[in-house]
Amino acid sequence: MRHGKYPFIVGFLFLPIVLYVGLVLWPYAQTFGYSLTDWSGQSQEMNFVGLANYGKLLDDQVFLGALWHNLFLLILLPVVTILIALFFAFMLNVGGKGGTGGVQGVRGAGFYKVVFFFPQVLSIAILAVLWGAVYRTDGSGLANGILIKLGLATEHDPVQWLSDPDMVMWCVLAVLVWAGVGFYLVLFSAAMQSIPKDIYEAALLDGAKRGQTFFRITLPLLWETVQTAWVYLAIVAMDAFALVSSITPGAYFGGGPDHHSELISTYLMRGFLRNGQAGYACAMGVVIFFFTLILSVVSLWVTKREKIEY
Amino acid sequence: MSTSIDNATVPAQRSAKSRPASKQQRFADGGGALNVFSHGFLALWAVLIILPLAWVVLGSFKTDAQINGSAWSWPSSFGFDAFGRAWTKGIGGFFLNTLIVLAGSVTLTMLLGSMAAYVLARYEFKGNRVIYYLFVAGAMFPVYLALVPLFFMVRNLGEITPLLGLNSYAGLILVYVAYSLPFTVFFMYSFFRTLPTAIHEAALLDGCSHSRAFFQIMVPMAKPGLISVGIFNVLGQWNQYILPVTLMQPTTAGEADHSMLAQGLVNLALQSGYKSDAPALFAGMTIAMLPVLVVYLSFQRQVQSGLTSATLK
Repeated sequence: MRHGKYPFIVGFLFLPIVLYVGLVLWPYAQTFGYSLTDWSGQSQEMNFVGLANYGKLLDDQVFLGALWHNLFLLILLPVVTILIALFFAFMLNVGGKGGTGGVQGVRGAGFYKVVFFFPQVLSIAILAVLWGAVYRTDGSGLANGILIKLGLATEHDPVQWLSDPDMVMWCVLAVLVWAGVGFYLVLFSAAMQSIPKDIYEAALLDGAKRGQTFFRITLPLLWETVQTAWVYLAIVAMDAFALVSSITPGAYFGGGPDHHSELISTYLMRGFLRNGQAGYACAMGVVIFFFTLILSVVSLWVTKREKIEY
Repeated sequence: MSTSIDNATVPAQRSAKSRPASKQQRFADGGGALNVFSHGFLALWAVLIILPLAWVVLGSFKTDAQINGSAWSWPSSFGFDAFGRAWTKGIGGFFLNTLIVLAGSVTLTMLLGSMAAYVLARYEFKGNRVIYYLFVAGAMFPVYLALVPLFFMVRNLGEITPLLGLNSYAGLILVYVAYSLPFTVFFMYSFFRTLPTAIHEAALLDGCSHSRAFFQIMVPMAKPGLISVGIFNVLGQWNQYILPVTLMQPTTAGEADHSMLAQGLVNLALQSGYKSDAPALFAGMTIAMLPVLVVYLSFQRQVQSGLTSATLK
């Protein structure tokens, strides 16, 4: 059985490792190196400048604004999405009329699960183009069309959605929540299905209210799944590039109006592909890296809890 | 997992029928008031999902004047001219590009990912743990970190062999595979660990080679895991935007446009080419949306349970 083991291992691991190290790990490592240079990206000419790029980042108001917008999404996206998804999942799995049929979901639960999941299978770029049309600033966008129908806006004074500096990040958040809820609803549903029904029946027989069963039974038993969802949503929040770069105003990778929806990633791409600041862009990449690293450590630490066996 | 979603409600309904009426009163809170609310919210959310999608599909049948006039105009006729214009403006080509790249990248990701995961999960050798953690670490880091060097690496590869350079299918396929490997290895590793060893050992004792045991015994046994992670990879690579935006630009003016569908659609939306032809843009979106929705509706069980289990691992 030992015969031919090592050639086999090497044969199976060779290609994956070459690809992975060459195209993932090596570029990661290079980014750290380039971030210490004044490289423009066009030529191979570069000088070592130490931590100058990082010093420059601290004084760069556009970058600090972008950092703030990243934080905005990082905090609000998981909170809002998880709350709505948990609420819907609870309705669809145990929210039905308890008096007549034990514990079950509301009628049409299957239909809702299928429909809510739709945005998940559409490419984020399709969603971006779609929402670009919905958020049109004249009366012919869907969002303004609805407000005009309801009498909350007029044809002459429609809501400026993405062109309004105070609204643009909320509009971006709304799209991400809209797209994400369905997936997390299904994720939480799957976890809820594995909770034994008798726990609910016993609690209800003892006189528990619906809300109590949710906070005392469902949520504690679902905690691990919520944790997973949190990490995934944080990744989505860091990755809002496709959406922001294609629906918000501004030449090259969006970020407008006047940097009010700038993310680190949109600023990075503009610096790299348009402004010849490859070294500076790499420094931003390193900041994103540390951001992610801190985030995963914090989220693991905050959400750490004893696993409940049932 | 897909069947459990539906089966779980069945015993509850059955027991309800056999339960005496008097026992129903024992529940202090039947959830009646909540039920009205919940149906309201659920229906509202369903409208929020369906309305924009239906609006886009309808938009592809409207005229430019109708789209720019009011959000609520109804198409005057249901012709397919806008679809024809969208197709000739590039959507057809982008669709084909995406299919070519995805066919290659998903196949290779699954093959190389499960090969590496299998060896790491089932064979003891020096450096096993180090390689495994190296793969797992990669799943954590954002792709932005690598973007600048990656661009130049692919450009340099193109100087050695144009087949792998910027704006080439094969180059993008390799990049997709490399960035999908961490999760695929991570997931398939834990899957291969759960499979029983007895059959595999018996085969090896009977003189089966290591690689034959993998392809003829382990891969068929790992089918559920492969489907989960396969769906995950298809959707992930289909959704990919930043990698093609960075790597799939024509380097010289005359070069063919190898844009992916998502990238091409956004470019068309941002360019002035569609500004005067809103119906064609809506038709382009419809072309990009409908096939995925149809596939999803036909396989929604597998897609939902596949993605769920891939995420929960």
